[in-house]
Amino acid sequence: MPEKINSSNLEKARAAVNKRAALGADIDLNNYNSPAHEKPVNTDPSELSAKDKEKMLATGVILDDPSQRMGTFIQIDNTPVHYSAKQDGVEVMAVSQAKEKYDWFGDYWWKAVSVDADKYTAHVELNESNGYFIRTLPGAKTTFPIQACLYLNKVGAIQDVHNIIIAEEGSELHIITGCTTSLHNEPGLHIGVSEFYIKKGAKVTFTMIHNWEPAVGVRPRTGVIIEDNGLLLNNYVAMKPVGSLQLNPSAYCNGENATARFNSVLVAPSGSSMDVGSKVFLNGKGSKTEIIARTITTGGEIISRGYMEGNASDVKGHLECRGLILGDSGSIHAIPELKGNLAGIDLSHEAAVGKIAEEEVEYLMSRGLDRDEATSTIVRGFLNVDIEGLPPLLNDELQKAIKDSEEDMF
Amino acid sequence: MDSEKADKEMLLDIKDLVVSVDNKEILHKVSLSIPYGETQVIFGPNGGGKTTLLMTIMGFPRYQVASGKIIFKGKDVTVMSVDERARLGIGIMFQRPPVVRGVKTRDMVAACLKKDNGEELIAELAGKANMTDFLSRDINHGFSGGEIKRSELLQLSAQSPNLVLLDEPESGVDLENISLIGSLINSLLGKVHPIRERTNSGLVITHTGHILNYINARTGYVMFEGKIICEGEPLDMLNTIKEKGYRECVKCLRK
Repeated sequence: MPEKINSSNLEKARAAVNKRAALGADIDLNNYNSPAHEKPVNTDPSELSAKDKEKMLATGVILDDPSQRMGTFIQIDNTPVHYSAKQDGVEVMAVSQAKEKYDWFGDYWWKAVSVDADKYTAHVELNESNGYFIRTLPGAKTTFPIQACLYLNKVGAIQDVHNIIIAEEGSELHIITGCTTSLHNEPGLHIGVSEFYIKKGAKVTFTMIHNWEPAVGVRPRTGVIIEDNGLLLNNYVAMKPVGSLQLNPSAYCNGENATARFNSVLVAPSGSSMDVGSKVFLNGKGSKTEIIARTITTGGEIISRGYMEGNASDVKGHLECRGLILGDSGSIHAIPELKGNLAGIDLSHEAAVGKIAEEEVEYLMSRGLDRDEATSTIVRGFLNVDIEGLPPLLNDELQKAIKDSEEDMF
Repeated sequence: MDSEKADKEMLLDIKDLVVSVDNKEILHKVSLSIPYGETQVIFGPNGGGKTTLLMTIMGFPRYQVASGKIIFKGKDVTVMSVDERARLGIGIMFQRPPVVRGVKTRDMVAACLKKDNGEELIAELAGKANMTDFLSRDINHGFSGGEIKRSELLQLSAQSPNLVLLDEPESGVDLENISLIGSLINSLLGKVHPIRERTNSGLVITHTGHILNYINARTGYVMFEGKIICEGEPLDMLNTIKEKGYRECVKCLRK
């Protein structure tokens, strides 16, 4: 990467060191330690401890029999410990390696996310953070998904991550990312920057499962640039307790007929705070989006945001936020926003927050289910987001992850 | 015949039932008995309390029993919950069932079956109800009138209740579907068996009486202003009502 670009990023980052984020509780970064950012090593992932592997498995990262995966990347705290790709046309490595390998790398570095967005992005830049670089070459199609795990291991640590995902023209890329931790009630902070570049006619499905712990802070920062006829299908599942989680990924549908779909499933147990949204900018003619959020509180606080902005003709977007309040405490704040900047656009939203309809419970009870069975059937249905376009295998795994988490809910 | 014995011979025995909805008394001392294996029909103008009676028998909490008793299979079920009654053998066909998003028709049928590995049976029952294509759809979502009826009857056929409560099973059903619905109801009521072997009973609300062409009902009632004012042979009653309206039934009450 040219020295000039590098130094300009550093300059901007330094200026943003104390810049509070627009959303989410302000986290004092001085309260955390920064584990060493060591050079990537490539170890056999099956040699990780059974306990760690079990944690990773719960987020969809399979290490003992990765026959259903076309590639794997694992980062523990700030050090990549494994990277591998098993298919031609698919590249999986650490970003530090890609930076050395490709002279064009600077074209994708802080181009979908601003380095000075807030103190979290600045922290990632200033610590020369690593992360995964996943790329499909033109026309390549991953048969099985690539899996990536970002694992927070050290007590009181900040994990800094910077990921780059590139789907070259006409390619198809499926990724499962599991983010989890070995911590229990100890503090930790995960900051993850992810930049996606979806070229003409390329398709990316990105399924992210977050299993955190009650004292962990989480601040992902994601930007997605989509070219003509490109497609992003983003699925996000967070159903475990988390201290403070705030993310609001932005997708820029810059190309004609570009499509971005966001599906989120959130469950906030008591003590959890989740502020999760999706923003889509429909900048290309005929671009489309759908944002669907299903949220449940069993005592925690949820802010469920959705923002779509129409800046080109014939764009279409629909936003759906539905929230269920189960139990006596907890809150859900749905904030759907639409902005149209010209005629000939079609944006709509629906939002609903409340309890389970008694009429539905009684309907199921009249078939012989007791109240608890009826309630859990309705909740399972509520969380059962039909995700159009997701390969069956990924869909099965997503449903499994949701099902596993449900078992903790009741 | 002492009352104890009567309870045992009747599948359903309702005595002096007084029911309020939202603190307004709707049913005033309604009594009726349905023997094992018999199907009965209720006629009456809208707002007369027919649906309230069915909902009360099923046990929906909105229908508050102020006095009287509901005896089913010899058990006092007056204060039993909906699901307990369902498990004891009472089933209801909803007129306007709610959409439950994400819950598939298949899930509902499986819940009714109450057993694992019922896939083959579900497929068979769905085939009979012409509902195969609906199994993986959200229950009642975008269903037409006839599809709702078939879906309800499919669920009931899996649940297999001894007492089937049907609220206007023919309403909103086109001619093509009505014979299918008639035969589904008949198989629910066990009408495929000789009379002496039948144990399932039905209580059917009908306005038009069309359903009488498909089911074999022996007793009919007219409900009017929360009371049963007339009891008789269903087809005779239907003809009288068609000819002279419910007013004639009211006269009959005055006699």
